[in-house]
Amino acid sequence: MTARRIVVTSGKGGVGKTTTTANLGAALALRGKRVVLVDADIGLRNLDLVLGVEKRIVFDLVEVVEGRCQLRQALVRDKRFGESLAILPAAQTREKTAVTELQFADVVNNLAAMCDYVLIDSPAGIEHGFRNAIAGAAEAIVVCTPEVSAIRDADRVIGKLQERGLPMRLIVNRVRPEMVRTGEMMSVEDVCDILSAELLGIVPDDPEVIDTTNRGVPLVLDPAQRLGAIYTKIARRLEGEIIPFTQLGTGGFFGRLFEALRAG
Amino acid sequence: MLNRVMEWFRRMLGTPSSSSVAKERLRLVLLSDHLALAPDVIEAMRRDIFDVISRYVEVDEAHSDVSFEHKEQGIAMLANIPILSLRAREPDLGISEESPPKEETSVLETVSVNGHKTDNYGRRPRKRRRRKASGASQTAPAQ
Amino acid sequence: METQRVVNEPIESPQIEIHAPAAPVDTQKKAKTRGRAIVVTSGKGGVGKTTTTANLGVALAARGARVVLIDADVGLRNLDLVLGLESRVRFHVLDVLEGRTTLADALVRDKRVPSLYLLAAAQNREKDDVATDAMLALVEQLRGDFDYVLIDSPAGIEMGFKNAIAGADEAIVVCTPEVAAVRDVDRVVGLLGNRINAQLVVNRIRPALVRKGKMLSVQDVNAILRLPLLGVLGDAPDVIVSTNRGEPVALDEASATGAAYRAIAARIAGEDVAAPQASEPEGFLDKLGSFFGGRR
Repeated sequence: MTARRIVVTSGKGGVGKTTTTANLGAALALRGKRVVLVDADIGLRNLDLVLGVEKRIVFDLVEVVEGRCQLRQALVRDKRFGESLAILPAAQTREKTAVTELQFADVVNNLAAMCDYVLIDSPAGIEHGFRNAIAGAAEAIVVCTPEVSAIRDADRVIGKLQERGLPMRLIVNRVRPEMVRTGEMMSVEDVCDILSAELLGIVPDDPEVIDTTNRGVPLVLDPAQRLGAIYTKIARRLEGEIIPFTQLGTGGFFGRLFEALRAG
Repeated sequence: MLNRVMEWFRRMLGTPSSSSVAKERLRLVLLSDHLALAPDVIEAMRRDIFDVISRYVEVDEAHSDVSFEHKEQGIAMLANIPILSLRAREPDLGISEESPPKEETSVLETVSVNGHKTDNYGRRPRKRRRRKASGASQTAPAQ
Repeated sequence: METQRVVNEPIESPQIEIHAPAAPVDTQKKAKTRGRAIVVTSGKGGVGKTTTTANLGVALAARGARVVLIDADVGLRNLDLVLGLESRVRFHVLDVLEGRTTLADALVRDKRVPSLYLLAAAQNREKDDVATDAMLALVEQLRGDFDYVLIDSPAGIEMGFKNAIAGADEAIVVCTPEVAAVRDVDRVVGLLGNRINAQLVVNRIRPALVRKGKMLSVQDVNAILRLPLLGVLGDAPDVIVSTNRGEPVALDEASATGAAYRAIAARIAGEDVAAPQASEPEGFLDKLGSFFGGRR
């Protein structure tokens, strides 16, 4: 039983890789999958923070690679999900060069033997940290916002993924339907067109998400959060279900009605 | 706030929305980025251009330059290729006997290959067609 | 473009009453006039470094200063795109450092603000290709010709970041009110060390959410970072529109965010502009408010 190994990447920083990794992982775990999240952002770790487990870290990825602890010892289980969700934290006081691509791939393969999904949270950029993150992966999710810089960087990253032969799908994050309607923001279709990418999910912009990441509460666990349902849909699509995308920002009365449903 | 009102006015007046401006800018910048990332493709293009042109004229490869330039509506490839002399004519080139002999020029300028779908910069250089000696075939240089 | 020795003209004074000397008090200045080198950094990606670099560059240049912006994000350049200058970039930093072109040929002059220049990053190279010493020398050379050298740092703390801070004496640290950002920025402030004087810009603050307790306040952020506060910016959609068009908001007289950037530029230049409001993003205050001067 080998897990699916998926890297979540973007090129551009701050578009929602970590939030996506955490929430997608949580959604999969809630559906009964065994999920391990790996933070590949050595030196600037944040996956632990977003999941609210930062106080429970004992060992990290670098210590595993350097043989100072067992892999299982480094995994921090998120008790809210029983045995289904764990995270392998990055080291905070080291640099990305502390781990080679081969070592990283090794760790991911070992994890894959003990769960259903390994989701790797890639750092920003296309340097060593990114190369490590994709070294262990068999597929990729590219996160992009409908803004020029993010799309340009995503395009670069997609090129790198294609060089490695990694199949990828796109999540368009922080869409503001009202701005798409007025032509102030590019649409999801625009983004997919420009990047020639297959769409996996559409996540609308929601400033309240910041609060949930501040508190370390995954969206799927907070019933007040509409975005939780969106990540569940993305998880289901990942599993192979065909779920249509709701057209965001189609305009008019019905457009606003559809937006109110906020399906992803 | 005022900025958004201005955007609304711009839309009403028919000026392109900021998202359509963004899309067009991205199209060009990604094309430019991809070209910069494909030196082997560009080198292959250069070789092919020299090969084609060398069939008609002798060129100074060492002082030649092929580059890409952003124009207002797209990206143009510019080839600046010094011509040293004409080559001897061969019958199967299909050059009409009536076409005037070319003046010796020092530089063949601006062979533009447009990265745009619609051709704003002139014709693409025509592929050489082999024709029977009886048929006339134009070998008008691309502009 | 000729590189000329800069004769420091007094900076044109805007409508704001000045109660302090217009020239910045720069204790690190040598006897001969030398420009200031400021890196804009954060560690965390996506907090607004590039937007801030672009807009501060525009605002400082609009005041008459000679400003050069350096994009240090090799491989993922965006400063050219945010400025709307992407179609005019011919050469980049590595072309200069590796001798394929002169600095004068590589600098792109902004036609909208003629004393603003851009030195673009290479798109098809890697950050490791730039030697720190070479970057340092380049910044030094530019300081001889410009009043301000602003360096747009990439995200992260690796080679790109190290090269970006190499030639700088000062830093503008940009942070958003989110725990992940504060944590990263805190790490970066530590890495800047004692050599570099850092000031803080808090970006994307939403006062309504702060009041509801759903967002960190500026005080919360600075309680951890403990830096002099240079400016506070809101989360306005006009920034998205402006990057779509490649027209920095600092060019827009009507933009509140633009006004905020202009206020920050004034502070950088040493003007006694009203201190940044910790509770409200700037620019939302009536411009009249800044007439009351007040301590920085």
